[in-house]
Amino acid sequence: MDSIELWISIGIPVLLIVIGRLVGATLERRHYEDIIEREARFRTQPTFSNKLLHAPGPIRSASLAVGSVVISVDHFKRFLSGFRMFFGGEVRSYSSLIERARREALLRMKESQPDADAYINTRLETSTIASSTGNEGMGTVEVLAYATAVQYDRAP
Amino acid sequence: MILTNIDSVPGRQITQHFGLVQGSTIRAKHFGRDFAAGLKNIVGGELKGYTELLQESRAEATSRMVAQALELGANAVVNVRFTTSSVAQGASEILAYGTAVLIE
Repeated sequence: MDSIELWISIGIPVLLIVIGRLVGATLERRHYEDIIEREARFRTQPTFSNKLLHAPGPIRSASLAVGSVVISVDHFKRFLSGFRMFFGGEVRSYSSLIERARREALLRMKESQPDADAYINTRLETSTIASSTGNEGMGTVEVLAYATAVQYDRAP
Repeated sequence: MILTNIDSVPGRQITQHFGLVQGSTIRAKHFGRDFAAGLKNIVGGELKGYTELLQESRAEATSRMVAQALELGANAVVNVRFTTSSVAQGASEILAYGTAVLIE
C-alpha cells in the first residue's frame, strides 16, 4: 500500500516533467519557425529604439503600435532551473523563454500597424505574472512592445 | 485622436499643451482562465487567456486616457507610456499616461 502511494507521489511529477520536455520542446521549435517566417515579412520595415529620423521625405501619419504576449516555460525547464538556482550561474533554460516573448511581442506590435514604413522609439517592457494559486506563476512573463508607427509621404 | 510615444506628432505642428492625462484599470483573472493557464504551464508556451486579459485591460486604460484628453479639447496624446504593476496576487494594474496636445 505504501509503495503505491510512493509511486504516485514520485510518478506524477516525473510524468509532468517528461510531458513538459516532449511537448514543450516541440511547441518551442514550432514557435521559433513561426517567428522566423513572420519576421521575414517585415524585413523592409525597420524598427528603431531612437526617436529618429532620417526620413527620406515628409511624414504623412504617425500612430501608436502596441503588441503583447504572455509566455510560460514548460515543467522540464522549470525543474532544471531549480537546480540552477541551487548552484548559481546563468539560467539558460529561461533565456529562450524571454527571447521568444520579446520577438513575439515585437511582431504583434508590427502586425497591429502593418502598413507603417518604420517603427520608431520602440519600448520593451517585461513583467512577471504571479498566479493566485501561489508559486505556479514562476517562469511566466508578459512582454509589452510599443512604438510609434510612421508612414512616409510618397506622393509627389 | 492621434497617439504617439515620441515628443511630437511627426509632420504636424503642436499648437497647445494641456498637460498630463492618464487612464488606469485593475483587472483580476477569473478562475476558469487561471485553471486553463495552470494546465498550459506544464508544456509551456503562450497563455492566451492572460494575453487577452492584459490586452483588454490595456485597451481600457488607453480609452480612459483618450476620454480625458478629449474632455480637455485635445486631438492628440504624445509621449504615451504604459506601466504594469501587480496590486495583489492575481490582479494587476495597467496605467497609460501621456501629454494631451492640440495639433493643427
